[in-house]
Amino acid sequence: MSPRAAWRLETLGFTRVYDYVGGKADWFAAGLPREGRLADVPRAGDVARGDDVTCRLTDRLGDVAAKVRAVGKETCVVVTDGGILLGRVRGEALDGDPEAKVEVVMESGPTTIRTNRTLDSIVERLRSRDVDSILVTTSDGKLVGTLYLSDAERRLAETGGDVEEDEASCNCKG
Amino acid sequence: MVTSIGRDEVQMLLRDEGAQLVEVLPRREYEDEHVKGAINISLKRLDREGAKGLDKGRPVIVY
Repeated sequence: MSPRAAWRLETLGFTRVYDYVGGKADWFAAGLPREGRLADVPRAGDVARGDDVTCRLTDRLGDVAAKVRAVGKETCVVVTDGGILLGRVRGEALDGDPEAKVEVVMESGPTTIRTNRTLDSIVERLRSRDVDSILVTTSDGKLVGTLYLSDAERRLAETGGDVEEDEASCNCKG
Repeated sequence: MVTSIGRDEVQMLLRDEGAQLVEVLPRREYEDEHVKGAINISLKRLDREGAKGLDKGRPVIVY
């Protein structure tokens, strides 16, 4: 729709016209500001905790394990220098050869959700899969943080938990 | 000449050049949720009259 609008504006005499190809779906997925009737519906990015321990592919496993346990965590999220999520190291994998590099033991491509996913849909998904947390990223794959089921349930309870928006029906391609 | 751009360019044009951001989806969708600061001119209303409020001296970004 937007290419037609852009061309229409040109025919009306506008000389600097740009078509934002990704539209609002892209904008929201990046966690950028939104307005409107549904703007206050809680999303993954609103609840995700940004306190994950992160590490790089070339980090030494012994150093990573020490860093993770020093803050009482069980997982290190592997990211690039630019913050792109690559994988994670958790549980017993942290107890491997301390001289090994993270990339050797890393779980690649963990399941993630986007920042703009509504909490009600996330809660349903986590419950059905019997997991208590999930990683949240932007549409560019940048790590935002970890969303915990308990945090999402609490936020939904605070907001009434009667969110009716259906993401699947959102025609966000503007 | 229409230029296709991504999110980074949108933010730059808004910040540095006072670009005007226009959502061309129907009003209902705009009212549900839109990019902060965007105005709504649905494609159906995008004629000389509908575009009257836009400044031709500044960039216009549509989505």
